Amino acid sequence: MQQPNSVSCSELMLRETASQTAGPYVHIGLALHVAGLPKRDEELWNQMARPEAEGEHIEVIGKVIDGNGDPVRDALLEAWQADAHGEYQPEYDQHKPFNSFGRTATTAEGDSEWSLITVKPGAVGLSNGRVMAPHINLAIFARGINIHLQTRLYFEDEAEANAACPVLNAVESTTRRQTLVAKREEVDGKVRYRLDIRLQGEGETVFFDF
Amino acid sequence: MQDNNKCALNKRYVERDRDWHPPAYAPGYKTSVARSPSQALVSLWNATTSELMGPDFRKLRMGSHDNDLLLNYRDAENPGLPVGERIIMFGRVLDQFGKPVPHTLVEMWQANAGGRYRHKKDVYLAPLDPNFGGVGRCLTDEDGWYRFRTIKPGPYPWGNGINTWRPAHIHVSVMGPSISTRLITQMYFEGDPLIPLCPIVQTLNDQEAVDTMIARLDMARSRPMDSLAYRFDIVVRGELQTYFENQ
Repeated sequence: MQQPNSVSCSELMLRETASQTAGPYVHIGLALHVAGLPKRDEELWNQMARPEAEGEHIEVIGKVIDGNGDPVRDALLEAWQADAHGEYQPEYDQHKPFNSFGRTATTAEGDSEWSLITVKPGAVGLSNGRVMAPHINLAIFARGINIHLQTRLYFEDEAEANAACPVLNAVESTTRRQTLVAKREEVDGKVRYRLDIRLQGEGETVFFDF
Repeated sequence: MQDNNKCALNKRYVERDRDWHPPAYAPGYKTSVARSPSQALVSLWNATTSELMGPDFRKLRMGSHDNDLLLNYRDAENPGLPVGERIIMFGRVLDQFGKPVPHTLVEMWQANAGGRYRHKKDVYLAPLDPNFGGVGRCLTDEDGWYRFRTIKPGPYPWGNGINTWRPAHIHVSVMGPSISTRLITQMYFEGDPLIPLCPIVQTLNDQEAVDTMIARLDMARSRPMDSLAYRFDIVVRGELQTYFENQ
């Protein structure tokens, strides 16, 4: 436990515990079945919406790609999004049709894609009357990532809302804004959005500090 | 707009000091080289509803031994106890103003006493322990306390350099009140000579920051003839309430 050792205001506050990488075995702790461990009673995983949830049911998928263009196969992602009405549902309860929080992972097998089963979020209003375009907040944890990376996923078929979103507009480069916009696909009549997260280099995803 | 969203609006968090945390690019830890963004982070200086809220896990159903790693991997075929030094790992989750963070999710995972993880990809020479899984979770109580019972993990070699070893450590994940307070760290053990040699510890530039990750032996909380205790308090970003909206 740190103790304040000077009269400076900032030092009267405790310092945040420092971050460390989640490491190569993050799945043991936070995605048990991916690591080959038995599941417990309830696990936090990627089904955020059950079939009875209100809204447009979608799957969101993507890869995580490193600076060499290779897939990152040991990442853990956390998603946080509003429901179809643009309202967050903080109380996590697996018996509810929709939860705002979900987890997913990339794995050593196959295409190494993460996926979320959810509903498309509604636009989220701010107190100043402005509106944020529908989005999913994502946090990325992995070996080699010393402090988790924070980004947002937007939807390409929300062009008008995206153009007016104060957070998307906080990204100065209009080219780089596109790194946050997921592409819509239809597969077997189901709607799917795809967004690859590029950690470094060409097409590098925008990451936020907040 | 909805009440749920509105109640969060007059709140903000103390800025995260990114010089205190390890930088994304820390070449001594080789894997960070190709996994670190080269562009600057975009600052959301006026955090929105999205960043000021987060999941509340009070209704997540936990098993009775989820925080007891001595018992939570045992079954009919492996009814024994794990090998290793029995320890109680405990502490408080506080915010930067010293306010306890109640009912927040604390998760942890670790290697066994020989330094081997129960993970498909870990092929270290040390054997798996049939009685040890290596994962735990719990919610803090109303005063911010959490507690696990486990064994002290072993150090192990890894391929960063020719002869690099991880100090004994337990990975710790804490949610805190919002996604702004989210934190994953590693807990080290007081007095371990491998701590200053570790390239992952060395990603930090400040010894005081390293000290925030070191658990202290606490003889008062140890159990005679049973377990030693290590205290590890976790500090998450401080929450500020403001009376005026920023418009």
